[in-house]
Amino acid sequence: MTGDAVTGDAVTGDAVTADAVGAAVADAHRREWAFVLAATARVARDIDLAEECVQDAYVAALDAWSRRGIPRNPGAWLTTTARRRALDALRRDRTLRSKLPLLIEPHSPPAVTEPAGPGSGTGRGGGTQPAGWTGPGGATGSGGGTQPAGRTGPGGATGRGGESAAGAEDDVIPDDRLRLVFTCCHPALAREAQVALTLRLVCGLTTAEIAQAFLVPEPTMAARVTRAKKKISAARIAYRVPGAAELPDRLDAVLTVVHLLYTTGHTAPAGADLVRADLVDRAIGLARMIQALMPDEREVRGLLALLLLTDARRDTRADADGRLLLLEDQDRSRWDRAAIDEGTALVAGALRGGSPGRFALQAAIAALHAEAPSYRQTDWPQLLQLYRELLRAWPSPVVALNRAVVRAMVDGPQSALDEIAELELDGRLAGYRYLPAAKADLLRRLSRRTEAAQAYRAALELTDNAAERDFLTRRIAEVAPRG
Amino acid sequence: MTQYVILIYENERSYADASPQVWQTAMEAHGRFAGQVGEKGGKILGGEALQPTATATSIRGDVVTDGPFAETKEALGGFYLIEARDLDHALEIAKLCPAPYGGVEVRPVMDTSGG
Repeated sequence: MTGDAVTGDAVTGDAVTADAVGAAVADAHRREWAFVLAATARVARDIDLAEECVQDAYVAALDAWSRRGIPRNPGAWLTTTARRRALDALRRDRTLRSKLPLLIEPHSPPAVTEPAGPGSGTGRGGGTQPAGWTGPGGATGSGGGTQPAGRTGPGGATGRGGESAAGAEDDVIPDDRLRLVFTCCHPALAREAQVALTLRLVCGLTTAEIAQAFLVPEPTMAARVTRAKKKISAARIAYRVPGAAELPDRLDAVLTVVHLLYTTGHTAPAGADLVRADLVDRAIGLARMIQALMPDEREVRGLLALLLLTDARRDTRADADGRLLLLEDQDRSRWDRAAIDEGTALVAGALRGGSPGRFALQAAIAALHAEAPSYRQTDWPQLLQLYRELLRAWPSPVVALNRAVVRAMVDGPQSALDEIAELELDGRLAGYRYLPAAKADLLRRLSRRTEAAQAYRAALELTDNAAERDFLTRRIAEVAPRG
Repeated sequence: MTQYVILIYENERSYADASPQVWQTAMEAHGRFAGQVGEKGGKILGGEALQPTATATSIRGDVVTDGPFAETKEALGGFYLIEARDLDHALEIAKLCPAPYGGVEVRPVMDTSGG
């Protein structure tokens, strides 16, 4: 590839329809946003400036691509354009440099072998890893620099600024998406801020879209995002992939955020629809991206498998009228076989080599369900064993509740009710709607109708999701003593 | 390098009722901490232990009152001013800071040089 990505390198001729350009820009927004922003942030050294420049680049693409054709590599075009804008802004406005710059550690992330990335994403940093990236000790050259109170302003501008300027013209743009992801999910940020930042910076959603997804007013979400960005620069959260020692914990935070996004979409906390497909798709997209960037991390594989296997059932979780169907009643012939096959293959890899992590185990559980010919023919004893392992890897009361439900299939409903009674005393699941719902179902199976109705009502009080409310209301009617 | 302050918040009662032995242990722990910061590649620029909040005097406007600004179970009992590469480095150091009867808060120092 030559450096003329900006001037065209177009695949299409001069007659490009507005529709085609619009579609190409939208497509590039969905696929390349994270790459473009991550690469621009390194040059802009300021997240807000980087975002502005990337947005400008997308706007510029609409015009440029309709006049000169859609470039062969839209991601590279957008990155080069956005990075140039950032450098221009920095040259024009010296005050931008004196702001607290994003703290950029020079070393490259460990794995940059993502074939889908624009500009043959192997990155010019390729030569420095893997020895270099683990050592934060070598960080002296980064950003604010070794000299306190900086000689040339906090940007340390002379040295790295020059290199960056050249970098913008480079053919090969380093893939900084992992830096972006780990920065958004830094443990010094509140979980809700991590989620909001990930959607904003990695997925490129607008604040309005994020606010809508989480049912909070837009100004609230805007304040949340602004505060998080401010903390990143003021507290000096480094723009880097954590070293080997910190990686397991930091990666777990990233995967938790992606999983939270998925579960929020999987059963929307409120509203008419059971599933929010936009959030679910974003979460799977993120999991895919991280998996491609960190192919050797088993928990990443586990998470992607878990999401695919769960999502394979998406279309069967409600009937034609939008009414919730339990696993038991779902039409298994309509499960997405391709997703199940992909998920199952990933599970195998996630379980190999040492004791598996919580995402791999959850994926294994989901795979067992997906492969069972029917609810009755599910391998319940094996499931129970997996839940025991999961509870060891992840001692969460929610896992204990799920284990109890599975135990009912092996040892009968009463043994499960005993476990649930203990969980009720524990108190950590107070307000968790699936606790009374599970209890109600077990009581129903034991024909303890009055108690079952009472538990269903308790669950009903805890959900605002219309499909779930409807399901629970029907169950109450079924078990209510006739008279 | 960036400057951070480590604010030590602890339950004062634990020290008020403490034996000389407890004090001795605390002093030694802080002595060790000073060494560990250097080993971690950070630097202590300053720091003090404070007299308990019973000795505090607050001023709001012109009004002088006896006592701390805010009454809390865990009160500011001391601080360090340190230098670290970034927040991760500062947190790594702060995790070593002794605070057996409470915890610590890490705050970046604002650069007011206006550069």
